[in-house]
Amino acid sequence: MMKRRDLLFAILVLLVAWQLLAMLVHRPILPSPIEVFHTFLYELVYGDLLANFFASLWRVIASTALAIALAAPLGLVLGQSGKLSGLFSPFIYILYPVPKVVLVPIILLFFGIGDLPKIVIIFLILFFQILVLVRDQAAGIRPELIQSVRSLGAGRRALFRFVYLPASLPAILTALRQSVGTAVAVLYIAELFATQRGLGYYIYYNGSTLFNYPAMYAGILAMSLMGLGLYFSVDWLEKKLCPWQTAVM
Amino acid sequence: MIQIVSLTFAYPKGAAIFRDFNWGTERGEAWAVLGPSGGGKTTLLYLLAGLRLPTSGQVLVDGMPLIRPRPHTGLILQDYGLLPWATVRQNAELGLRVRTFYGPDGTHAPEDFQPKVDVEPWLERLGLTAVQEKYPGQISGGQRQRTAIARTLALKPDLLLMDEPFASLDAPTRQGLQNLMLELWTEQKMTLVIVTHAIEEAAILGQKILLLGQPPNSEGLVIENPGASQADFRDSAEYTRLCRELRQRMDGT
Repeated sequence: MMKRRDLLFAILVLLVAWQLLAMLVHRPILPSPIEVFHTFLYELVYGDLLANFFASLWRVIASTALAIALAAPLGLVLGQSGKLSGLFSPFIYILYPVPKVVLVPIILLFFGIGDLPKIVIIFLILFFQILVLVRDQAAGIRPELIQSVRSLGAGRRALFRFVYLPASLPAILTALRQSVGTAVAVLYIAELFATQRGLGYYIYYNGSTLFNYPAMYAGILAMSLMGLGLYFSVDWLEKKLCPWQTAVM
Repeated sequence: MIQIVSLTFAYPKGAAIFRDFNWGTERGEAWAVLGPSGGGKTTLLYLLAGLRLPTSGQVLVDGMPLIRPRPHTGLILQDYGLLPWATVRQNAELGLRVRTFYGPDGTHAPEDFQPKVDVEPWLERLGLTAVQEKYPGQISGGQRQRTAIARTLALKPDLLLMDEPFASLDAPTRQGLQNLMLELWTEQKMTLVIVTHAIEEAAILGQKILLLGQPPNSEGLVIENPGASQADFRDSAEYTRLCRELRQRMDGT
């Protein structure tokens, strides 16, 4: 885990570099961090940055919850059953590597405007990631462990409760860690189309239509903070829920 | 305690491992099952645990034919039997938690089971109090096996099955745990069946030794070893003689 002091130092260095670059370039398309922070706070309080932030955050959280709710149980079932896994694996094998972002136009056509298409696209990315990792985790549980727990009297339900469920937790978190960045990136793309809410829209609208560059940067900052916040949350959850993985010898 | 009556067992698409095999133990005996690898030792243990079912014939424990794991039978495997995400204490509690989860239904837990999760005495007895908040990945192999023993004994088994329980441990740790098992066996008045490929271990732990050969096994050779479980047996001439005999017989099979 990063030290807090080192993180602060890194942030400071990045800000100084940004400031220097802004002074060097000296054009409206690269405002200084101070100006951007000013706009950021102003837009947060008086503008609609906060509303757009929450519109985006809601989409990420809703799709994440949906992906976990559907992919984790399915992954567990596939991981436990060689037969079902054999049936579905070829499909997953083909569909998993397809870059889901190219499906954005299709999903927009099918699901129209509003939150749903954005939620669906992030859902698709997370779904496969979680499915594959949970499946492999469940399949990787040693048969000796299963037999040991069965010998303690555990049937299917207790095995699920005491073995498969806790075993899938780190897989879900790893999946989230790996895909939360991609999810926010794709959200940005998805919010460029057919919506008037969300940070993607906010950034694009301020940059390309209003030419309000400080506001555009404030939107980028908000989106970066969201990505960072989500990443940190996964980190925190992992420490909270899977302490054995970070425990030192 | 255990009665195996004309047992035949083969894995799906495999050759028979046991064919018309008969064997039995009295209550409270300590048995070691010795044999070459691939000889069916572990299979025998899984059959006794109710984790595998005979192709034909019967495995009776306490007079009842086994169709699933029996609540009063404990099983300890060589390794990997602990939940990596649970602390030593949580692992030790697992059996009791599983029982509490089902309640006293007679299938997963004995009918007279009182839902109460207290493993404190066992952690103390097995010297695990200091490491009870650690995860299996953080403790030694010997401590891991002690945890598995605590977890199983907390369920008060009358039959304890062990599959190569100390094979991956270094010699002093192994010896310590062997002595501990003998103590616990006397203390708890259990029937003990321990599967091992190590001649020395069989001689130390088995009052009776069942020697299996190459499959299919139809009858095992039973060797009496009344000296086992005596304090200084490890240093006796009797022990050396028995080890030699076992070695010759194993080479013969």
